[in-house]
Amino acid sequence: MCRAVALDTLPATMDAARFAFNVRVVARALPRAAISALLSVISPLHSQAQVEGSAPLPERLSDTGLYVTGSTTRLRPGVLTFAPHYALWSDGADKQRWIALPPGGVIDASQPDAWQFPPGTKAWKEFRHAGRRIETRTLERLRDGTWRYATYLWRDDGSDAVLAPARGVAAWPVAQAPGGRYAVPSRSDCTGCHESAATPLLGFSALQLPLNALNDLVERGLVRDLPPATLQRPAQFAARSATERAALGYLHANCGHCHNRSGAGVPLRLTLAQSAADPEASRAATLASMLGVAGRFRTPAWPEAGHLIEPGQPSHSTLALRMRSRDARVQMPPLGTDIADDEGLRLVERWIRQDLSVEPRSPTP
Amino acid sequence: MNSRVIQIYCTAAALAALAATVLSASPRAAAADNATTVARGKYLVETSGCHDCHTPFKLGPNGPEPDMSRALSGHPETLQMPPAPALPMPWVMTSSATNTAHAGPWGVSFTANLTPDADTGLGSWTLKDFMSTIRTGRHMGRGRPVLPPMPIPVYNHFSDADLEAMYAYLRSVPAIKNRVPEPLPPAQKTAGN
Repeated sequence: MCRAVALDTLPATMDAARFAFNVRVVARALPRAAISALLSVISPLHSQAQVEGSAPLPERLSDTGLYVTGSTTRLRPGVLTFAPHYALWSDGADKQRWIALPPGGVIDASQPDAWQFPPGTKAWKEFRHAGRRIETRTLERLRDGTWRYATYLWRDDGSDAVLAPARGVAAWPVAQAPGGRYAVPSRSDCTGCHESAATPLLGFSALQLPLNALNDLVERGLVRDLPPATLQRPAQFAARSATERAALGYLHANCGHCHNRSGAGVPLRLTLAQSAADPEASRAATLASMLGVAGRFRTPAWPEAGHLIEPGQPSHSTLALRMRSRDARVQMPPLGTDIADDEGLRLVERWIRQDLSVEPRSPTP
Repeated sequence: MNSRVIQIYCTAAALAALAATVLSASPRAAAADNATTVARGKYLVETSGCHDCHTPFKLGPNGPEPDMSRALSGHPETLQMPPAPALPMPWVMTSSATNTAHAGPWGVSFTANLTPDADTGLGSWTLKDFMSTIRTGRHMGRGRPVLPPMPIPVYNHFSDADLEAMYAYLRSVPAIKNRVPEPLPPAQKTAGN
């Protein structure tokens, strides 16, 4: 039994007046755009407070310490370029990443899955589409140990990038971006992913950096107390095949920052983060959390969804189905992407179809 | 026993008594604080309309009334909804008789189970998860958007203390196992697209 209501005629009791705000916004546009609009209204209320004693965010990227004075291309001495083994999918953007430690700063790697970065650490990630610099995101560890997030939007002429509003930009017109629009994350979007992980600086870790880069950091004294075993493994991710290694790496980079066992992740049994401390155990934990395990996500509109991974059957595996979706109610990851990653999907589906069809199932809890 | 020794004994006895008082009073004080917080949370939940959508309505002798035997447990999983009727503008929203399912341009949303059931409610949610949801309009601050008609733009004006109190109260209510369906996409979309 249903009843139809017109918002303008509802009495001002219950929550009708409150509903009207949401519904009017939503009714004017497509659902996805409406949801983005709603979130952009809400997000500034969650913006990060200024930490007492820290300098305010610079208005221009050129003042953040990435480049030498007067340049927006030449890196400041001490800024290191790095690239992780497995990258986060960002709708096909080309990305570059940099990190800078404060003078004398050293990374404590004694917990190989949760490196401790010294206050003053800064990292940057630049996003390009079709060669045009669009956005450079920054994060910085402050003196009180918290992390501060910001993003800078490049001017059309590439002369500099300007601090974006804390609420982000739901659809910034950029001709070179897919569909001519680019979504700039709010600062709460930044914390949503980065602060769900064991350490907020993602991609610069014992698992994600190539062994030669790790060795170099240790020899230069920038990383200390890294367990020696970490440097002696032929591969940092445990796997039974090259396909599985690539798939677990992909899931680690794209999903593991929320789906992990660090205590900061989402409260689900699903774990997609791998461990440098014990790669075999983390592989086993990942498989046990998905193979033949009934997902909590169920909808009558999607009857084929069942187990998180149905070995041999990606089309019946919720993991792959949600990765393929870009319906905001369903998609995974829920943030930072509007286009499914076909290449990543093919990899994960191949892993489910070929490798996992012979993997023994874990019992369903 | 000289007066000096007596003085030391008395001082020690006084300190011991003070320590005993403090130690025995601390749990009571903490419990009283928690009770105050829970009571404040109950007040906020009951005056902020949470029951209007998260407790299913039933037809009572005096008309629709919240079914408190299912308080705050969200849309009943046993209530299968037929497709929502198509509405001519400016009609935009349809609500179920329980007021727990709402259809509109966003699709169909079902109100959440706010009870502390570990599998189907908020039992595994931390205070941070709860607060981030209200502050950002995303599940746990990082998942899918919370859909209309949840009045997030109103509720994110609550202070942190208010949200802490509401969370504390919601942890205290009886857990009800009720797996609320996932939202449905608008009629012209399919879930996978």
